[in-house]
Amino acid sequence: MLSVEQFLTLGAILFCIGLFGALTKRNIIIVLVSVELMLTAVNINLLTFARFGLTPSINGQIFTLFVMTIAAAEVAVGLAILIALYRNRNTSDVRDQDLMKW
Amino acid sequence: MFSGLVITGQTVAFFLIALFLIACGVMLLSMKKVIYMAISIGGVFIGAAAVYILLEADFLAFAQVLVYAGAITIMLLFAIMLTKHDELERPAVITAHPVWSVLGTAGLGLIVLWVVKFSGIKWPQATADSPFQGQDNVKMIGESLFSQYVIPFELVSVVLIVALVGAITLANKEEKN
Repeated sequence: MLSVEQFLTLGAILFCIGLFGALTKRNIIIVLVSVELMLTAVNINLLTFARFGLTPSINGQIFTLFVMTIAAAEVAVGLAILIALYRNRNTSDVRDQDLMKW
Repeated sequence: MFSGLVITGQTVAFFLIALFLIACGVMLLSMKKVIYMAISIGGVFIGAAAVYILLEADFLAFAQVLVYAGAITIMLLFAIMLTKHDELERPAVITAHPVWSVLGTAGLGLIVLWVVKFSGIKWPQATADSPFQGQDNVKMIGESLFSQYVIPFELVSVVLIVALVGAITLANKEEKN
C-alpha cells in the first residue's frame, strides 16, 4: 500500500534536483526547465495531500490545475524574453546577462 | 527505511516510476548537450503524469501529458534551436558559487527529508480504498471549477491571454521605419 511519506520523499528529491539545476546551469532555457521541475515537485505534494490527507477532497487537484496554467504562462513569457535577449546580446548564457547587475 | 511496506502492484509501479523520474532528473543535470537536457525533462514530465495517475488525479495526468510533455517540451526545443542548438554547456569554473549551491541544496534536501522521515510527525495514514470511489474525476473537477472556483478560473484565463499577448509583443521584432 502506498504511503504519504513515499510521495513526499519523491517530491523533495525532485525539488532539490530542480533547485540545483536552477542555481548552477548556465543556459537560460535549462534554468527555466529547472524551475518547471520544482513546480512539478510541488504539484506532486499537493496531489498527495489531496488524496491521502486528513480530509481528502478535490481542492488540491483544482489548485494543481491553476499551478499548471500559471507555469505554462510563465514558460511562454520566459521564452519570449529569452528570444528578445538573444536577439540583442547574441548569447543565451546566464552569466552574460549582467546589464542590471550591480 | 520504509518499514511495514507491503509489496503490491501499486508500490512496485511507484518505485519504478520514482526511479525513472529521478534518473531523468539526474540526466538533466549531467548531460553535456542542451538538447538532451530538454529531452530528459520530457521524461520527467511523463513520469510525473504517471505519479498523478497513482494519486487518482486522472484529468491532471492527461493535462500534464498534453501541456507539459506535449506543448512545453516542444516549445523548449524550438527555443533551443532558435538560439544555438549545438552549443555545449560550458564546463563549470570552480568558484565559490557552485560550492554554495551544492551545500545549500544538500542542506535543504536533508532538512526536508528529516522532516518527512525522522522528525516524528504522524502523517495521515493512507486508506486502502480510495476516498473518491465511484466518482468521475473529470466531473468532480468541472463541478468544483464552475461553482466554487469560478472567479479564480476566470482570472486565470485573463492571465493566460495577457501572457500570450505579452509573449508575442516581447518576441516580435520591432519594425525599422
